[in-house]
Amino acid sequence: MLSIQDVAMLGVAVIGGGAALLVVMSRNVVHSALYLVIALLSVAGTFLLLGAEFLAWAQVLVYVGAVVVLILFGLMLTRAPIGPMPQESDVGPWFPLVPAGGLFAVLAYLTFTQFGDQRIDLTVVRTSALGEQIYVAWAFPFMVLGFFLTVALIGAVVIARREEGEGPISAEERETLEPTYTDATSRPGRVSPHGGARDAVDTSGTEGPVPDEVRS
Amino acid sequence: MNASFPLLFAAVLFCIGVYGVLSRRNAVMVLMSVELMIAAVTINLVTFGAIAPVVQREHVGQVFALFVLAIGAAEVGIGLAIVLLLYRNRASVNIDDADLMKY
Repeated sequence: MLSIQDVAMLGVAVIGGGAALLVVMSRNVVHSALYLVIALLSVAGTFLLLGAEFLAWAQVLVYVGAVVVLILFGLMLTRAPIGPMPQESDVGPWFPLVPAGGLFAVLAYLTFTQFGDQRIDLTVVRTSALGEQIYVAWAFPFMVLGFFLTVALIGAVVIARREEGEGPISAEERETLEPTYTDATSRPGRVSPHGGARDAVDTSGTEGPVPDEVRS
Repeated sequence: MNASFPLLFAAVLFCIGVYGVLSRRNAVMVLMSVELMIAAVTINLVTFGAIAPVVQREHVGQVFALFVLAIGAAEVGIGLAIVLLLYRNRASVNIDDADLMKY
């Protein structure tokens, strides 16, 4: 007999699973990022149904609020081909179904045999109780986590910073390009969505990325 | 609530994430698929925390889920910085182009 929580959980799962499928299947990366919002919101709904209220709102705040916006900014900054890539993975769209489907079969079998008749008696975990656990029992790991986040933030800034003489265009090319930077068509990454950008790399001479003979 | 429903939802999300990582070439798409997998693991942590009585009293599952949440956010930040760097040096976000250390 399905209780009202079961029905709500099934609805959230159907919405979230469908959105996750659309994230993976969508040919347009911006559409994928927007479907990711729905998928992560359904995860937050699952947390609410499991009684984890603080975690649910943290999920909304961190993932929907910050991570998806970060991904959209990344798409903006890379001026990457947002539309479909020329061809997807070498192995084709069907081969990855084998590990994914096999894993799902194993997980679903184990879930139904081990937890098929297990009931969860729902109790809401108050934010104050969770905070007491974090700041008393888990105080040191929590501080380590804060330090870790600081290190990751600084690391991201250091990695993403433009350094001298770096990039796909050579120095004299950049000098000629920089004054007319408002002219969007003359920027190096903008030549054409697919083939042109690679040509810009190949003509960049010695300052560009590693030539093919060194790479292979 | 039946405990198998959230676990099954997590399994669905994880397997879709695996499929996305294996089938897409765009590095940002791969990052998004990894996000799906992390979300699935977080659901599992909270669910198991709600099942086990001792663990439930101390909210260990939710504390760990919170840690995973923070680490996932840091991972996205670093990952997007690397994608930005890859795009700047290769003018492409195709992960097949980042094969300098492959051979």
